Amino acid sequence: MARNCPRALTVASLALMSGLIPAGAARADATLTVATVNNGDMVVMQKLSSEFEKQHPDIHLRWVVLEENVLRQRVTTDIATKAGQFDIVTVGNYEVPIWAKQGWLAPMEDLPASYDTADLLKPVRDALTYQDKLYALPFYAESAMTYYRTDLFDKAGLKMPDHPTYTQIREFADKLTDKTHQTYGMCLRGKPGWGENMAYVTSLVDTFGGQWFDMGWHAKLDTPEWHKAITYYSDILKQDGPPGATSNGFNENLALFAGGHCAMWIDATVASGMLYDKKQSQVSDKVGFAPMPVGDYAGGPTWLWSWNLGIPASSKQKPAAESFVAWATSKDYIKLVADKNGWVAVPPGTRQSTYDQPEYKKVAPFAGFVVNAINSANPTGSTKEPRPYLGAQFVAIPEFQGIGTQVGQTVAATLTGQMAVDAALKAAQSATDRAVKQAGYQK
Amino acid sequence: MRSSLTAQLLIAVLGWGIALLMFFPIFWMVLTSFKTEGAAIATPPQLIFAPTLESYAEVQSRADYLSFAFNSIAVSVGGTVLALAFAIPGAYAMAFHPSTRTRGTLLWMLSTKMLPPVGVLVPIYLLFRGAGLLDTRIGLILIYGLMNLPIVVWMLFTFFKEMPNDILEAGRMDGAKAWGEVWYLLLPLTLPGVASTGLLSLILCWNEAFWSLNLTSSAAAPLTTFIASFSSPEGLFFAKLSAASTVAVAPILVFGWLSQRQLVRGLTFGAVK
Amino acid sequence: MTLRGHGALFWRVAAISVVVEFTKPKRQARKPGTLILVAPSVAVLLLWMIVPLVMTLWFSFQYYNLLNPAGAGFAGIDNYRFLITDPDFWASLGNTLILLGSVLAITVVFGTLLAVLYDQPFPGRNIARLLVVAPFFVMPTVSALIWKNLMMHPIYGVLGFLARSVGLEPVDWFAEYPMASVILILSWEWLPFALLILLTAVQSLDHEQREAARMDGAGPIAQFFHITLPHLGRAISVVVMIETIFLLTVFAEIFVTTSGGPGNATTNLAFLIYARALIQFDVGGASAGGVIAILLANIVAFFLVRTIARRLEV
Repeated sequence: MARNCPRALTVASLALMSGLIPAGAARADATLTVATVNNGDMVVMQKLSSEFEKQHPDIHLRWVVLEENVLRQRVTTDIATKAGQFDIVTVGNYEVPIWAKQGWLAPMEDLPASYDTADLLKPVRDALTYQDKLYALPFYAESAMTYYRTDLFDKAGLKMPDHPTYTQIREFADKLTDKTHQTYGMCLRGKPGWGENMAYVTSLVDTFGGQWFDMGWHAKLDTPEWHKAITYYSDILKQDGPPGATSNGFNENLALFAGGHCAMWIDATVASGMLYDKKQSQVSDKVGFAPMPVGDYAGGPTWLWSWNLGIPASSKQKPAAESFVAWATSKDYIKLVADKNGWVAVPPGTRQSTYDQPEYKKVAPFAGFVVNAINSANPTGSTKEPRPYLGAQFVAIPEFQGIGTQVGQTVAATLTGQMAVDAALKAAQSATDRAVKQAGYQK
Repeated sequence: MRSSLTAQLLIAVLGWGIALLMFFPIFWMVLTSFKTEGAAIATPPQLIFAPTLESYAEVQSRADYLSFAFNSIAVSVGGTVLALAFAIPGAYAMAFHPSTRTRGTLLWMLSTKMLPPVGVLVPIYLLFRGAGLLDTRIGLILIYGLMNLPIVVWMLFTFFKEMPNDILEAGRMDGAKAWGEVWYLLLPLTLPGVASTGLLSLILCWNEAFWSLNLTSSAAAPLTTFIASFSSPEGLFFAKLSAASTVAVAPILVFGWLSQRQLVRGLTFGAVK
Repeated sequence: MTLRGHGALFWRVAAISVVVEFTKPKRQARKPGTLILVAPSVAVLLLWMIVPLVMTLWFSFQYYNLLNPAGAGFAGIDNYRFLITDPDFWASLGNTLILLGSVLAITVVFGTLLAVLYDQPFPGRNIARLLVVAPFFVMPTVSALIWKNLMMHPIYGVLGFLARSVGLEPVDWFAEYPMASVILILSWEWLPFALLILLTAVQSLDHEQREAARMDGAGPIAQFFHITLPHLGRAISVVVMIETIFLLTVFAEIFVTTSGGPGNATTNLAFLIYARALIQFDVGGASAGGVIAILLANIVAFFLVRTIARRLEV
């Protein structure tokens, strides 16, 4: 470490100088290492980044593209040990405020006026703000909605209401399930994990009137609300769901729906573009869209996820990194993608200007649902009873990854019949309470 | 002799049947890599389809295969050489100058190999950060050398043990020093064993996916990282993943097939006999 | 012995042995220089082994959560207490041993049978052998991904297709038989290894001996039990030894397929430690788990010594 200090100093003074001297004049070539997820929109960014390098001949990019779970481990280890392997990291809105509080992320201070932060959708922007500063910029964002097969609904003589309830959804699912033809009424995430089944389950529990913790940070998992929600979840999947539900995450369900095996699917809005794409989906002309169903309690937190680009505080090339992050999340970038790949392929959910674009509305009939879902995601709102934590489909504390994953396993066990709902919730309750107690939340 | 023809037929059918069964998943992976993403998830699965190279093209356009493959070769060979360099003298000492603690040491070394690597990730990460070894081939070579050391020492030990002490003593009377003894007498005599140990270590290094994922980012990343950038993204990925897996597995598979005879020959000589 | 195929080597060894036999002095004392030459390598080797171990031990007594640097400090035995009172911990110990035992049993039994089979001549035997050993060369992550997505997936998978084509409901492998599915994948990976080693041993079996046994009227089954099997003892020990080392730390296959579930059905000790280290980022807890894993390894090693390692002259 000692060896690194002088270097860090010179870099810091260089950075200082570059702030004083007119931009670009004294900056040496910078090579930025970008860590990102292997999702489609990021792959497009990687391909288009040569445009950025053309505009900034003094900045070179190196890419580390990994699947989500591996990336998260990798980036967290690196940033928490301040090892400084990455100059730009792709982080979720779950991590941003937590990491900002630890001082691991550098704030975005010198954004040009043309960047227009006011154009970012408010819930998305708020989730990335800590003490009035933005600590990451949104690359794409999603809420959740209901997808359904218009042809199957027509055939069964059903009509999807504008604002479905979970009771109606259950009736539809029962009617539409046709196991002999491998058509399943309802597909939902069943794969255990805080960002997998628990993302859906948390928002389901919210709308059934439940919550993770009360104001004293006591776990509230053995309540009637959780019981009702988990029973609903496990019944509908057992009776109307596809086989193998416990290994289905977002991807697997996307493949199932795209292959024509699901009559309904409730999941992230980002799927709409993929289901609508003829190349990826066999049902592209038969997809209907509806908002997320509601249960007993409407208006609570539902679902808000964004993938964002942030700069680790340990990066030695912050100005260069910031210019890339601003480029990749700008209006111009969205236009660039539209020019190259068409408007339907632009990264969704971040900017009002995208949704005001007539071309986008024309090719993306789901656009209105998406922007409404994001604007009503309400991650800072209250559950039916008051709660001490923030977050829509997660609990915004560092321990939630561990807690959510463990509870996710227990919930998955109710799907396979290994555990009854009662026993599962009892186990989940004690594990959750134990974890927050150990972390010192309960006074 | 009467049942001999039936028996032979049965043996051939069984032998081929099992071989095809065992190989089928790999065959299916290669087949899937030539499908479009849509065809890859078609039900029922398609055996006859119009093959396409589009997945391979997509894979190559996103990640430079050759640079990953080069890193894989460099760290596998480097790690193996390093492990052999430390293990040969160690195994020599244990085989020819055993003490009362030799047996315990050997078993203890093997037992350290049973520690899940993730248990020491953070300590190693901190060490690597301090030494500037993160994302370097040297760093990965060090880890791989260390990782395979116990197995390499143990295998070499069994090979050396086979060598009658008398032969070495004969050499020793010619005035050979310990190093000379190892270099001119022991290694030539146990070469098949040393070679198959090296081969095994090479295969294990190539397929290692924990340290390579966690200690490298771009400059030193081997093929296991390459795979991780194609598994489970949002969207369909079976065909692309199959294509990436096929090119990542192919070199070591071909190498394994070519060297299989050598691997077996070495094992006959020592450990297995 | 088995220097068949190493004619030249054999004769060199034999020649030197003869010379030695005649010129042998009294057992020569160890040359003083020898150990000093060897010592540095051995020392480095030991150091390499000890450093991570000591660090793990140290961290296992610390509160150290990567996500919460403020809470760091000396923890006493808290990490261990927390681990041992975790119901998943005991389940994971059981799962670790079940995995180990089943895969060992499957690979040794079938490996032996296949070794005998592939020792028989039949047309195209060499190619068939290459196909059988192929799975051993495939990366564990890739194996797991192939099995999960292309083979065992209840809808697109080949197995599901086969089930449907004979009119059965496809089996939802990872939900209904999670442990058996993981064992199946692991066995597919390790059976070729066992076969490779055992085939070597079978081939080295003295053909004259077998011929003699056949003359005595021993049937193939009697031959197998009385001649082949005893001969394989040492090779089986090698298989058990090496596989044990890898099976105790199985991780990639579980991570890719079941993530340790459903519930804790497939959580082994390695996966439990992973969950501590890289989901909860609790370095202290993960290190405590690591220390327990080493203890377990030593217990297993002890039994290995009692049962098989003697054959290995270790």
